[in-house]
Amino acid sequence: MQCPKCHAQMQTYNRNGIQIEQCSGCRGIFLDYGELESLTRIEAQWTQQAPPAPPAPQAYPAAPAPAWGAPQHHGGHHGGHYRHKSFGHMLFSS
Amino acid sequence: MTTAVVRALGALAHDTAHPHGRTEAPCPSCPAPAVLADRADGTVVRSGPVVAKAHAPDTDTAALAARTALASAPALSGILLPPVPQPAVPEVDGRPVTLWPHGEPVDPADPDAAPWEESAVLLARLHRTAPPPALPPMRGPAKAALAVARMCAARPGDPATAPVREAWRRLPAWARDEAPAPPHRSHFICHGDLHLGQLVRHPATHGRWLLIDVDDVGLGDPAWDLARPAAWYAAGLLPAEVWLRFLDAYRAAGGPAVRADGDPWPELDVPARALTVQAAALALAKSAAEGRNPDEVEQTMIDACARIASLPVELTSEHAS
Repeated sequence: MQCPKCHAQMQTYNRNGIQIEQCSGCRGIFLDYGELESLTRIEAQWTQQAPPAPPAPQAYPAAPAPAWGAPQHHGGHHGGHYRHKSFGHMLFSS
Repeated sequence: MTTAVVRALGALAHDTAHPHGRTEAPCPSCPAPAVLADRADGTVVRSGPVVAKAHAPDTDTAALAARTALASAPALSGILLPPVPQPAVPEVDGRPVTLWPHGEPVDPADPDAAPWEESAVLLARLHRTAPPPALPPMRGPAKAALAVARMCAARPGDPATAPVREAWRRLPAWARDEAPAPPHRSHFICHGDLHLGQLVRHPATHGRWLLIDVDDVGLGDPAWDLARPAAWYAAGLLPAEVWLRFLDAYRAAGGPAVRADGDPWPELDVPARALTVQAAALALAKSAAEGRNPDEVEQTMIDACARIASLPVELTSEHAS
């Protein structure tokens, strides 16, 4: 089958039992009648199966942190070292 | 040598406090001079109301003069502690000396009382001040580079330094002091070495909080001044609540270092990584000199370097320019 837009060859892929044609040239996707509805239905099922979001573990609002931040930024206790004697020292030096 | 420097600084501070009748030490009415700091890059001695600081032997004296003049400038009144005016820069053992009024420092034993909001507002006002001509660059990146060099000298060939060196290697050239800061972020007055030891109340003990130590002050990216608390927070040392108090106070005061709303990390990422490297490098250098392993808190900064070093390069270079 040829792409209706750029006329390159289209390749057939199977995703979750649905046949999808993708153009090898412009990467456009062709869906047969009803396939969009099937994809939407499968997506809805997947969303329902996903576990509920965990409740926020902190009393204060979550603060953005960098990708290299300590693992506790992704939930759990913050600032375990805050009262550590040597952290007090670090607060006061370069 | 240090003892002679300390004695000379104590005498200078004492004589500055008694400008109209210099007396031979020991002066019966004055407390003995007290050493507040004694490091290679700065020896600080207090005599009553005056503090004398001997700067590093290799100090750029013209740059120091520009930085000290900035602290005296009316535009910085209420932000930087002004020096005690001197007709000429005294020297002790070949080191330039500056003299300052004594202020009450932050109490290290009471972290809850630390002036996080006040320091954030002072930084916002500093960053918003129009810089005078001929102010030298802020020395934050230079200090980070010195720390890495010190670590490499203290632990030659030690594999413990590998994550720190790798985290350092991934920083953009400007953050490693190998290129100027990006032009659109380089024209702000920065403190250059913010930590809680850089704030005093003046007059002691109930005056307003002011920033001290102009050695690293200069033009640069103002995010550098927020990046040390940011690095402590990212490493898991500083509670999110304290970090947000600091950040929110800075934003409320109109500080230009980070966007007004939303995620501040696009601006903070590079300087916070650089200061994480600096802290880890100094921890490895100092612990080597003391013949010990890094302690638990120092290790958190080294661990942060390991996480930085393990990130995909694309992700870390996202905010590099």
